[in-house]
Amino acid sequence: MNAALAVLILGLLVALVLGLLARFGKTMTLEQWSTAGRSFGTLFVFLLSAGEIYTTFTFLGASGWAYGKGGPALYILWYGALAYVLSYWMLPAIWRYAKEKGLLSQSDFFVVKYQSRALGWLVFIVGIIAMVPYMVLQLKGLGSIVQIASYGSLSSAAAVWIGALAVVIYVYVSGVHGTAWTAVLKDTLVLVVVLFLGIYLPVHLYGGIGPMFHAIDAAKPGYLALPSKGMSVWWFISTVLLSALGFYTWPHAFQAVYTARDARVFRRNAALYPLYQLILLFVFFVGFAGILKIQPPLTGSAGDTSLLVLSVQTFPRWLVGIIGVAGMLCALVPGSLLVLTCATMIAKNGYRAIRPDATDDQVARLARYLVPVVALVAVYFTFRGGQTIVALLLMGYSLVTQFFPAIVFSLARRNPLTKQGAFFGILVGEIIVAYTTITNQTVAQLLPTFPQWVKDLNVGIVALVVNLVVAFAVSSVTRRPDVSADSAVRA
Amino acid sequence: MRAVRWLAVLPFLALIIGMFFANRTQPFVLGLPFILFWTVLWVVLTSAIMAVVCLTDPANRGGDA
Repeated sequence: MNAALAVLILGLLVALVLGLLARFGKTMTLEQWSTAGRSFGTLFVFLLSAGEIYTTFTFLGASGWAYGKGGPALYILWYGALAYVLSYWMLPAIWRYAKEKGLLSQSDFFVVKYQSRALGWLVFIVGIIAMVPYMVLQLKGLGSIVQIASYGSLSSAAAVWIGALAVVIYVYVSGVHGTAWTAVLKDTLVLVVVLFLGIYLPVHLYGGIGPMFHAIDAAKPGYLALPSKGMSVWWFISTVLLSALGFYTWPHAFQAVYTARDARVFRRNAALYPLYQLILLFVFFVGFAGILKIQPPLTGSAGDTSLLVLSVQTFPRWLVGIIGVAGMLCALVPGSLLVLTCATMIAKNGYRAIRPDATDDQVARLARYLVPVVALVAVYFTFRGGQTIVALLLMGYSLVTQFFPAIVFSLARRNPLTKQGAFFGILVGEIIVAYTTITNQTVAQLLPTFPQWVKDLNVGIVALVVNLVVAFAVSSVTRRPDVSADSAVRA
Repeated sequence: MRAVRWLAVLPFLALIIGMFFANRTQPFVLGLPFILFWTVLWVVLTSAIMAVVCLTDPANRGGDA
């Protein structure tokens, strides 16, 4: 066994033990298991939502984009910052409503807010379709991280199975408490590893961060800025705005909001997050550092491994092992929150909706039994998904972004949308997202005669605009005068 | 003090209007190409703005809020 593999195994064991210890002193009702009894303070809520910042997408993807695409990678820093600004007003309102009504999942929010079972089902189904590929992404990332960081002594497939097993064990036993505790370990380790890599690599390879950028700019003029077409400024702005709106509409991010103890937690975090997110800057530095130094150069999606490849080229084995553990936790922690959210939603919004007479205890037990099932489905698609799963991955963010208008308008004192309006707006938005992703359409193909700046817009904007138009049109037809939304007929 | 909350619009303007002017590598600031400097600057300013909004927000004083 080499030193890197020993460190990886040790890291996994520490995470597993932490995840199991988290259970102590709690009686695991469904509310305790999935929302921690709404007891988390600033730190845990911070780290649960920060799990969003450091997933394998950011650990591998952010450095991969900086390496493979240059300037356009910066969109990742922008959308986070803007999402946190929105969160200041959005999350306290969602949290307060969820607490008042005892909500456990995102579908619950729609069912109660709009008094519509149909809307709850729609959000439930779309949510699952979006979350499964997201889990698969984490597992695939985990596989390649462990394979590279263990110098090939542990195969990608074995890593996926072991990682999934660890998640199943601690989610089954500790629920969201397990995720929160392992998140502490993950964020501490990622912070140290990323700061070290982001400073050491540019200094070691180029003599500093300034010299590194000058060298890249001289070798590849314009690579560090946005191109004039394609991923242009228009693409950049539309992508940042879409991603910012979709940030908290992910079912697992939405459900994590419920764990807070009070609404002030979110307001304080809104000021801390953007600064914390700046750690990503150092991930970018690693990706940029690879541009002129990785031999032979990585092409296409292999760019996502640039951080690890550069580390293997530069560091001793034990250190690569530690970097691998940080990457592994970036997959396991968000993965565990996804599994938990899926299981809660299927038990609460699938089973409960079909069999309303099920007791709380039955639903709670079912949710936990579903943990290994959900994990197995994710593992299956990791190995067998092929091209379909890639298309679904691209779709995920656009799918959940379609929830945004219905959520935000429902927080207004007088909701301008009726349940029918919200339902058909989301439905039409999702159909457009699915159509454009599966047929690989861009705005340029949909609107070939339009000026270049329109063609560069993110295609998700089209779906969101149509979603809004349909939602308001249907609402104006279905709104009956002098009848409030709450007492309107069942959809 | 409610006017303070309008500061939160600034990061959006820095993106939607600012990016058209900031999309350039020259001049380098603090060793960073200009577009990267502009991005980092606004992430830091967003943090500062939200801290000010948070501190002046009456909702954060007393009560369950």
